[in-house]
This record gives sequence, structure tokens and C-alpha cells, in this order.
Amino acid sequence: MTIKYTEDHEWVNVEGDVATFGITDHAQEQLGELVFVELPEVGSQLSKGGEAAVVESVKAASDVYAPVSGEVLETNAALDSEPTKVNEDPENSGWLIKVKLSDPGELEGMLDSDAYSKLIS
Amino acid sequence: MTLKRERLTDLQAGANFVPRHIGPRDQDISLMLDSVGCSSLDDLVDKVIPSDIRMDGALNLPEALSERNTLSDLRRTAGRNQMFTSMIGMGYYGCVTPKVVLRRLLESPGWYTAYTPYQAEVSQGRLEALMNYQQMVSDLTGLDIANASLLDEGTAVAEAISMARRVSKSKSEKAFLDSDTHPQTIAVVETRAEAFGIELVIGDPKTDLVPADVFCAIMSYPGSSGTVENYSDVTASLKSAGAISIFATDLLALALLKSPGEMGADIAVGSSQRFGVPMGYGGPHAAFFATREEYKRSIPGRIIGVSIDASGKSAYRMALQTREQHIRRDKATSNICTAQVLLAVIAGMYAVYHGPEGIRRIARRAHRYAQICAHEISRLGYEVNTASFFDTITVHVPGRAYAILAKAREKRINLRLVDGDHLGISTDQTTRRSEVERLLSCFDGKAMKGRTLDQVDQEVSECIPEDLVRTSEFMTHPVFQLYHSETELLRYLRKLQVKDIALDRSMIPLGSCTMKLNGTTEMIPITWPEFANMHPFAPLEQAQGYQQLFEDFEEMLCEITGFDAVSLQPNAGSQGEYSGLLAIRAWHRDNGDADRNICLIPTSAHGTNPASAVMAGMKVVAVKCDEEGNVDVEDLLTKAVEHKDSLAALMITYPSTHGVFESAIRKICDIIHENGGQVYLDGANLNALVGIVQPGKIGADVCHMNLHKTFCIPHGGGGPGIGPIGVGAHLAKFLPDHSVVTGVNPAAAGQKTIGQVSAAPWGSASILPISWAYIAMMGSAGLKKATQVAILNANYIASRLRDHFPVLYSGPGGYVAHECILDMRNLKENLGITVEDVAKRLVDYGYHAPTMSFPVVETMMVEPTESESKQEIDQFCDAMISIAREINEIRNGEASPDNNLLSNAPHTQELLMNDWERPYSKQRAYFPLSYVEADKYWPPVARIDNVYGDRNLVCACPPMEEYMEAAE
Repeated sequence: MTIKYTEDHEWVNVEGDVATFGITDHAQEQLGELVFVELPEVGSQLSKGGEAAVVESVKAASDVYAPVSGEVLETNAALDSEPTKVNEDPENSGWLIKVKLSDPGELEGMLDSDAYSKLIS
Repeated sequence: MTLKRERLTDLQAGANFVPRHIGPRDQDISLMLDSVGCSSLDDLVDKVIPSDIRMDGALNLPEALSERNTLSDLRRTAGRNQMFTSMIGMGYYGCVTPKVVLRRLLESPGWYTAYTPYQAEVSQGRLEALMNYQQMVSDLTGLDIANASLLDEGTAVAEAISMARRVSKSKSEKAFLDSDTHPQTIAVVETRAEAFGIELVIGDPKTDLVPADVFCAIMSYPGSSGTVENYSDVTASLKSAGAISIFATDLLALALLKSPGEMGADIAVGSSQRFGVPMGYGGPHAAFFATREEYKRSIPGRIIGVSIDASGKSAYRMALQTREQHIRRDKATSNICTAQVLLAVIAGMYAVYHGPEGIRRIARRAHRYAQICAHEISRLGYEVNTASFFDTITVHVPGRAYAILAKAREKRINLRLVDGDHLGISTDQTTRRSEVERLLSCFDGKAMKGRTLDQVDQEVSECIPEDLVRTSEFMTHPVFQLYHSETELLRYLRKLQVKDIALDRSMIPLGSCTMKLNGTTEMIPITWPEFANMHPFAPLEQAQGYQQLFEDFEEMLCEITGFDAVSLQPNAGSQGEYSGLLAIRAWHRDNGDADRNICLIPTSAHGTNPASAVMAGMKVVAVKCDEEGNVDVEDLLTKAVEHKDSLAALMITYPSTHGVFESAIRKICDIIHENGGQVYLDGANLNALVGIVQPGKIGADVCHMNLHKTFCIPHGGGGPGIGPIGVGAHLAKFLPDHSVVTGVNPAAAGQKTIGQVSAAPWGSASILPISWAYIAMMGSAGLKKATQVAILNANYIASRLRDHFPVLYSGPGGYVAHECILDMRNLKENLGITVEDVAKRLVDYGYHAPTMSFPVVETMMVEPTESESKQEIDQFCDAMISIAREINEIRNGEASPDNNLLSNAPHTQELLMNDWERPYSKQRAYFPLSYVEADKYWPPVARIDNVYGDRNLVCACPPMEEYMEAAE
């Protein structure tokens, strides 16, 4: 499965019915060094486009919107002590949330890597 | 040379305040006009302000008064306030401002003229003072973290509810509120809850609260009646239901009572007024807000934290600024910007001066007097309803309440009238034996016959149950031990003050903030006892001086703004916005348009606008701006038409946040009105309009006036602020009223208004004499000239700096309004130099930076105000030009891109102790221009690490060692 992107600068990677998502490299660059990441509780329900997390730098506190709907399976606990992981490696170890995908159809219409690159260029 | 002999009448002409307030001399004004290409001040205005919005003729205001006559006028006004002993309680108590604090802090320009400590390196003094305040609040409430204050107790409870809704695990939309809460707090909360869609349940927490049904509950501890209850069981059951426990409490009571934290509270709020801040007929006072560690990132308002500077030394700063509404806009959970810094600093210093033992003693004395009253009154045959209490009792006097109240007034004592059968009595730090004796004689003429208070004192037994007695320590930090002698506090206050840049040192050119002169004559009356020591609920006939002042002042504001009515209640600009939008919403409802809830806001607006709109129950729709920073009228029209059935309001700042007089303003207002909406004009930039444009006459329906900007109330280091609103006649009847004091909004004629937005009926009444005096001394011509010179000063700066830093927005002819934006974006892109580097380098030149990155990132917005002289402005421009040269050296490769005068700024004294390893000279680092040598400002810390501070949030006083070092 390839990584898809949203216009709100989130990436999502789906394996089976588990979707992992976070913010893009471009987004972290815009925010600057992160000081805090607020993540939802495991078991809570996210709906596509709704608030999923908050990322805070000294410049801005931004909401991260859920790119897909589903139940939160896991959140990236490492970010609690090391929020800069999101800056260093946003699309791997800096992931934010894993959800149990409730509607795979929601992935349709998302951007692929090329389209996203075009968006931010 | 022969001297012409003047007539006595010439010599007698009263000292004119106008040239004291306005900086540039007339000959300077001519020179400055020349350099901006104008022939006169009127010519400048012709070129800058669109002709179709300028008023005809002059403001109709009384002739300008001299400083001396202003004070004698105010003396007469003050004399009409009658000084009674207040035993009313209800959140406002007599207290003694230590005289050293009065003179060295409250009345000291070094403290009151400072700005909000955004530039932490030049604000370490008041940041430390605020940290002491936070530590004191956190200790007394028994909670982990406290903020740097909120506007008043009512607002603080409302903010606590908003925060609880965000952090609570409960899905409920109901909040429970203790019925034994101060009525003014209940009223403020009701206004908020209604707009927010929160259902309030008011009752007794012991019997009426169902924890599973609510997301939070507020317990008053002590209650408004005076009763203290143990709420440990209540908080436990709220916790297990996932709901938040909020305590509305009293700091002095907590010196004797078990702390809210120990009783399971999640949040504790209240007023710190009685810690040395005069009652002031309602304000300003600092409300406190404390919570548990786990909720620290949701705390509203400003918080002071500890970080490190570039050398690794610990330094204070404002933490978590990104939580502020200016970044989160319509996602913000609060619109609070202003704190009450000056008042919080006073309360903190009161704690520092008295220490824990002193505070306990003051608390025990007030408590003892209350016990004596309770004991004697029950001995006289009356029932005291409050079994356990701190300083307030409620007495059952069947059918006699009015009679006793009247008797007490004859003896110049005010009591709380609960109803025809009940009276409330509160004692405080100022209570005297003779007052207690006088009070008791009102219940029975022979009350103290053959008895002495000392005898009664022997008979009194403790009424606070053992499980509510405080056993935990508080204020154990050394700062609360070191400064108990007047000499020590005097020096501590000086030591802190000199760390900061305030207006007594140099110009503070903060765009949008209007850091003008806070004239001494304007400031003097606020500490007169007749203004300072009045309880806000004192009978109106005792407050005739204040009432006259309000009436006069409202009239002045109506004339200046062109509106028909004014409400003085909102105690910050943000609160003015919120109140104004509520009035608009009420008007729509009254017209049967309950569905009108869309608020159009240009993208250039200050973030408080969308936050206020959301708080007033509206939905925000953004309107685009064009490349010139003006509202895109086409987009506005499209959106107004698209939402014509649901359009409630437009919020627009004028002149714009970009410092431009948009020529389409009338058209913009017309479009909104044609589509059923109302125009809210954000008066943040009113300083560019006074005497030339009346907002009420160009299409605005509401406008708030930041008295702390345009009308000279000092910024106090980050508060107080006042934000009265002016409205058109059609909105007058919806303006705020008050739950305790009647007649606050005469236009309402008993009908339902928007309710209460602040705890006190007329907001921060005690500082209104400042703005009154300013207007009285300037008169119509002086006010107009102030506006003209403010615009001239800004244009002069733009003309001097334009070649060094591009001026970002301007109107026709290249003119700006009363402020200008210097574009530094190319510096970041090309050289990696940020606006922050420039700001910190200005510190080495002895200046507080202009506003950074608002309204456009990587720019500086400069607002000199009319009070700055040409010589000061020239000196500031010289500094900026010198910095531009330093930047050029980096551009040319003469200076290192990452080790230069800017990147290492500010330069501290400490660096001089080490070997000098910089690629530039000490001379250039410390004394870059000759004027600096005469009065060098030495920054106490180097560049502060913001990331470190927000990541490692510490909001308590640093450990003992650092204080001991400082004390040695």
C-alpha cells in the first residue's frame, strides 16, 4: 500500500484495515520545532475531517485532522517525551495515530505523492 | 532688545497639557511634515484619511483643562463619594496596600508603563514578580500550576467551565453551579453558558448534584453566605464520573482552611483583590486560576514559565503562547488576551512582604472578628445561619434587616442585605475594634454594655471543623521570607524594576498597542481613598462622585465615537468584542431573526475577533484580503449575499490591522447592512481616528474602545485593560446590566439585556479617572492634534526607514496610518536573519522591539504614538538603520552568517567576564551608537530558549539556591 496525502498536510498509510497517519514533512517544516503533541485516547472514535490531535511548536498550535474515520488503536507514546521525532522523521518514527479503518472508501480522492508535491510547490 | 511686557491675563493662561502629552515641538512638526511631503497637519490628514469618512467640524467637548484644574475638578468629584466601612463582602474586601508597594509599584511608572512581557529578555523583573504570584496562588490553592491572572472572579469561573468542557471525559453539556456563589459570578457564568450552549444547573452541591449528569461542578469555598463545607466526598464522586471539580475560593481564607487541592479540586479560581489591591468600586483586580499538572496545557490566559538563556542560565518567559487565541482563532477555547499583571504583581508582593506568618495572622484576625460578631449577635438573640465560616456570616434577623441596615449606615457601616430577614457581615484586614462595637450596637443599643471585646474574645470558640483546618504549609519558598523589612522590599522592587524596559526608559514602538504617555496627573487620582476604597455594591447615594464621573465620561466617549450609548462594563478589549457581538445577537433575536449567526471576519483580523465571535455563539466565515492588505470587497459582497439570511455581523478593524485607512469602508458597511448584518468595528486602532473620524457616523453599529491604548490607561506590564463599547441607539437596550446593582443600563428599562459580562457593574471603575482626565485636559483640539501627530510620527518613521526596510502596506500616495509595517521576510529567506534577531539586537540599543510577526509573519509593526518626540524617534530610527548596516555586512560577507551582532544578541554583562571570542568588537556589541553610552541598558539575560521552555514547562519559582545566590 502506498502512502496517501491530504490537502491539510497529513499522510496516511493503510495496511490491511489499519491506517497509520501523521503530518507531512512540509507541515513540520512550517510549524518549526515541536514542543508538545496532544494525542487522543486509545479506543476513542475519530471521524474523517474531525480533530484528531494537536501539534504545538513555539510558533503555533495546530489541529491535526483525521484523514480517515475509525477507532484509535494506538498512539505514538514516544512523542510524549520526544515530540521532535515528528520534525526529524515525520513520515516514519514520527507517526501520530493508528486507527482501525472503518470505511476504506474514504481513501479515494486522496492525493498521491506527486500530486501532494505539486500542491506544496 | 526690548521685552514686550505681557499682560497679567497672558501670564495667567493655565498650563496647557497638550504640549506635555504630544512629543514633537511645533518646529519639529514642521520639519517632519517637510520630510513626508506635507504642508501642514491638515494636509497630511487630507492625504491619509478618505474624505468621505471625516467628520465636519470639531468634537463638542468642554474646553481643555489645565493639569491643576483637572485635579481640583476630580477632587470635587471624589469628594462626592462617601467613605463608609464596608462589611458587604461578596468578593470585595478592605485591605491595606503596603505603602512601600503603593509608592514603589502601583504609583511607579517603571512598573505601570511596561508592556506585556512578550520580549522576555527585557521583562525579567515583572516576570519574576508574576512568578511569585503564581507560586503564592499555587501554594494557597494546593494545586500544581497557576496562571498569571485573569480579568475577574466571574470571568475566571466562566473560563474554568470552558476549560472543564475541553478536558472532562464526560459527554454531558451540563455544568453544576453552587447556589451559594456570589450572585455577580452566577450572572457572568449565565451569560457565557447561554452563548456557549451549556446548560447550567444551580443548586446545593451536597444535595442537588448528580455527578454523572454534568461535565463539571463549581463549589464555592467559602460560600457567598460565608459557610465553609467539606467537599471531599463531592469531588471524589465527580472524579469517578469523569467530571471536573472547580472551586471558587478566597486566598486569605485558604491560609486557615484546607486547600482545594487537598480536597480533590481540579481547578481553583477566585480574586486576589484582598492581597493589597484596593476595592476600587469594582476593579481592576487580578483573578487567579490554578489547576493540576495534567491540565497545564489547557489553562487559559498567560502563564509564566522558566526556561534557559543562550548561556544556559535560567530565565523567565511567557510559556505556551501558542495557546493564545491569536493563533488558534476560531478554534480558540477562550478569547482572553489581557491579564491583570499590575494587580497580580501587587498581590504577589503583598505575599512577599507579609510572608506566610503575616498572611496567617491577617487571616486569623479577620476570622476572629467574624467569630466575635457571630458570638455576640447570637448572644443578642439572633440566629447565625453560618455554623462554620471564615470571615463572613449570615444572620437571621426576622423582619429587621432593613432597620439594622439603616442603623449601620447611620454609623457609616455598609452591610450586605440578603433579604428582608437576612444580613451578611464580612470582616477583613482593615476591620477595627471600634467598628465591631459600632456594628454590634446596631443589633442592640446596649450590646456591649458592661462588656469588652477582650471578654467576648475569651468566650469565642473555633468554628472551623477540624477536618477543614489547614495543616499543610504554604509559601515556603525563600522569596516569601527574604523581604519582610521595608528596606529589603524597597530594594527588591527596585532590583526587579531596573531589569525591564518600560516607557520611563525609552520608546516602546509596539504596533497595535499604542504605548503612549500615561500622564502623571491622569494617574494621581486612582489611589485617592475616595476612588480606591469603595465597594462596588455600596449604595448608589454614597457613590455619587463615581456616578457623575461615569455619566460625564460616557458622554465624552459618545461624542468621540459618534455613538448613542456606552457600556463601561467590559474590562478588556476582548470582553468588549464579546459584549458587542452579544448585543448584536440579542438585537437579531429581538427582531425575530434568531438564525442570524454568521460573523464575517477578514483574514487580516486579530485572532481575538474569531475567538470572540465563537464565544458569542456565532460561526466565523473568513473574508479574503487583497495584496494591499485591504478587504477584498468582491469577496465580501459574495459572502454577504450568500449568507444574507443568516448574516449576523462583520467584524472589521479600522484603520486596518495593516495600518491602512481603507477607502472602501463606507461601502463595506453598506453591503453588510443591505444583507441584514451589523457592523462591529474593532477599535484597536481608534488612536488614528479620534477627532477626525467618528466610527458611529461611518456605518459601524458597535465599537469597542481600548482605554489602555487610545485613552492612556497604562498597560501595567500586561493589564489592566478596559474595553468599553459604544453602540447605536438601536442596540442600547441590550447593553450589559448587573445582577446586584440596578440601573447599570438605564436604556434597558427593566427589560432583559445580554446580562453581565464582568463581575463589577462598571468594570474597572477606579481607573476611569485616567481616561477622563486625558480627555478633559486635551479638549477637542488637543485630541485631534494627538491623532494627527500619531499619524505624522508613523509616516516620519516610514520615510526614514523605507530605504532600509521595505514598508509593506500603504494607502494612496504611499502614506501609512498611525503605524507602519517593516518587511523583513527577505532577510530570513536570503540571509537566515529573523525578525527575532532584529528584535533582540534592538535590546543592545536600549529599545523594546516593535510588534513582531503581526499581522504578517517576519515583519515588524512600528507604532510610535503622538507622545514620542522627534529626538526619540530619530534615535530609534538611527538604531534601526545601524542594524540595517549590520545586516548589510552579513549580506556582503563581511560578517559571519551565524556568528554576528544579530545572531548573538542581546549581549549581556556576563560575556565580559570571559575571554572575548566574538568576531566583532565589544564596542560594537555593547555601544553601537554614541547615545547608548549615556544610559546603557544591560539585559539581565541572553537570548531565551523558547523551545526549551515550552517543552519543559516549569511554572513555579526556581529552587532556593538561585535565590540565595541572588540574595548574597
